[in-house]
Amino acid sequence: MSNLTYTVIFYIFAAITVFSAAFVVFSRNVIYSAFSLLFTFFGVAALYVFLSADFIAVTQVVVYVGGILVLLLFGVMFTKSIMNTELKSDVLHIIPGTLILAGMLGALLYTFYTTHTWKPSEIQLHGSIVERIGYETMSHYVLPFEMVSILLLAALIGAAFLARFDKPDNKNL
Amino acid sequence: MILTPLSHISMPLLMGNSLNVWSEALVGFNPMGLPLGLVILAAIPLVFIALYSLTYGVYGERKISAFMQDRLGPMEVGKWGILQTIADILKLLQKEDIVPTSADKFLFVIGPGVLFVGSFLAYAVLPFSSAFIGASLNVGLFFAIGIVAIEVVGILAAGWGSNNKWSLYGAVRSVAQIVSYEIPAAIALLCGAMMAGTLDMQKITMLQSGSYGFAHFFLFQSPIAWLPFLIYFIASLAEVNRAPFDIPEAESELVAGYFTEYTGMKFAVIFLAEYGSMFMVSAIISIVFLGGWNSPLPDIGSFALNAWTNGPVWGVFWIIMKGFFFIFVQMWLRWTLPRLRVDQLMYLCWKVLTPFAFVSFVLTAIWVIYVP
Repeated sequence: MSNLTYTVIFYIFAAITVFSAAFVVFSRNVIYSAFSLLFTFFGVAALYVFLSADFIAVTQVVVYVGGILVLLLFGVMFTKSIMNTELKSDVLHIIPGTLILAGMLGALLYTFYTTHTWKPSEIQLHGSIVERIGYETMSHYVLPFEMVSILLLAALIGAAFLARFDKPDNKNL
Repeated sequence: MILTPLSHISMPLLMGNSLNVWSEALVGFNPMGLPLGLVILAAIPLVFIALYSLTYGVYGERKISAFMQDRLGPMEVGKWGILQTIADILKLLQKEDIVPTSADKFLFVIGPGVLFVGSFLAYAVLPFSSAFIGASLNVGLFFAIGIVAIEVVGILAAGWGSNNKWSLYGAVRSVAQIVSYEIPAAIALLCGAMMAGTLDMQKITMLQSGSYGFAHFFLFQSPIAWLPFLIYFIASLAEVNRAPFDIPEAESELVAGYFTEYTGMKFAVIFLAEYGSMFMVSAIISIVFLGGWNSPLPDIGSFALNAWTNGPVWGVFWIIMKGFFFIFVQMWLRWTLPRLRVDQLMYLCWKVLTPFAFVSFVLTAIWVIYVP
């Protein structure tokens, strides 16, 4: 692939990400915001691909689009009178907002310009990243991995406990 | 007399024998600096879906269902009714494109599009032959499992956008079904990935080639492989909303599910997406368990059937035939089995398929580690 094609495709995905993210924030319709998130997540996944992080890109799609976005859409669709709710997206507190925005932007740009060389990792990646991720998860990071799995299991059990039917109390009858 | 191997006859078509030659040649095809090759590469599966769903999908389904019910099926248009689908498409093109007044216009329109893109994206990682794969990703299988998520959003957009109770119910049922059956399906495919030791679809296929033909397929390589194979097949039926899991479009309850309000070409696009994902899951199951583009015929002594029936062009033939076989089974099941109830569907997923998927996962892991 020529360099120009690469750049053009990158900017297309960057534009999709930024515009859909802006739409999520500025839209007055919750449903549209939720559906617009699809394009944001997808664009971010594409940007990961440009960083040669294929695995993270696919995981992004699986976790955010397949999990969180669907959950969000279900939540929005099942909420009573969601379409009648007035969404507040007015501009309030202009002066403090502008100050915070300028401060954040200044700090980010300052960091960007002072650390002018991006530090590449000392370890060069060769071949398939997936195998490396697998080895590292199962050797170096096995304790955090197991802790996360226990946390998720606890969350699952908790969700099942909260969601189950309240049985009619037969004992006291 | 020396028998000429068929793969030698088709040599001009081969353009060399190394892996992915055709797709790499297409990627390098940049006339006037425009990446036309990339576009052509993406268009090949698209044209394939359109052609196959026209010929085999719609016509085949109508004929198969007719023969199963002791009917004749379409007989009027052309010999044995073979031109029936063309007539249907012409009719659908002329139909008025109705958007209900109270529908959410935007979501109603983009729904079928997102749905089709979701079912089409997985074709990027399907190896159609040793010389052709859209993108030989090292996370190919993971991508193919995960990208279905986009289809889910398309279904929700279509269901919500229609502003119709039946559509919304159909969409919610469909999404609940796809999301839950993804779990046993993914674990079952993981068993195949474990036996291969890679997620690259092209490598998984290559690991199953050999002169004994079908004996090298993962289905016959381990005594427990039939279990994940079966689990994935059942779960894939639910993922593409085919009977006995077609409760999202249950005609007797929900009119037609999430596409109740659709007419004309939008309706056709939804069906194209359904046939597209039917071939997609069939191709995935053939690649992971049945050797993808490898010939199933074994070499018998000097009668080298396997060598003759292998090669890039033969590969296309084999994977499409394997895919069509599974599509035939899907249609066969659709016209012979009754529909499950919603609670039975969830019972089957969470209390039957998922535990058995875990069991097959552990057994496959033991087999892979301890049996060389």
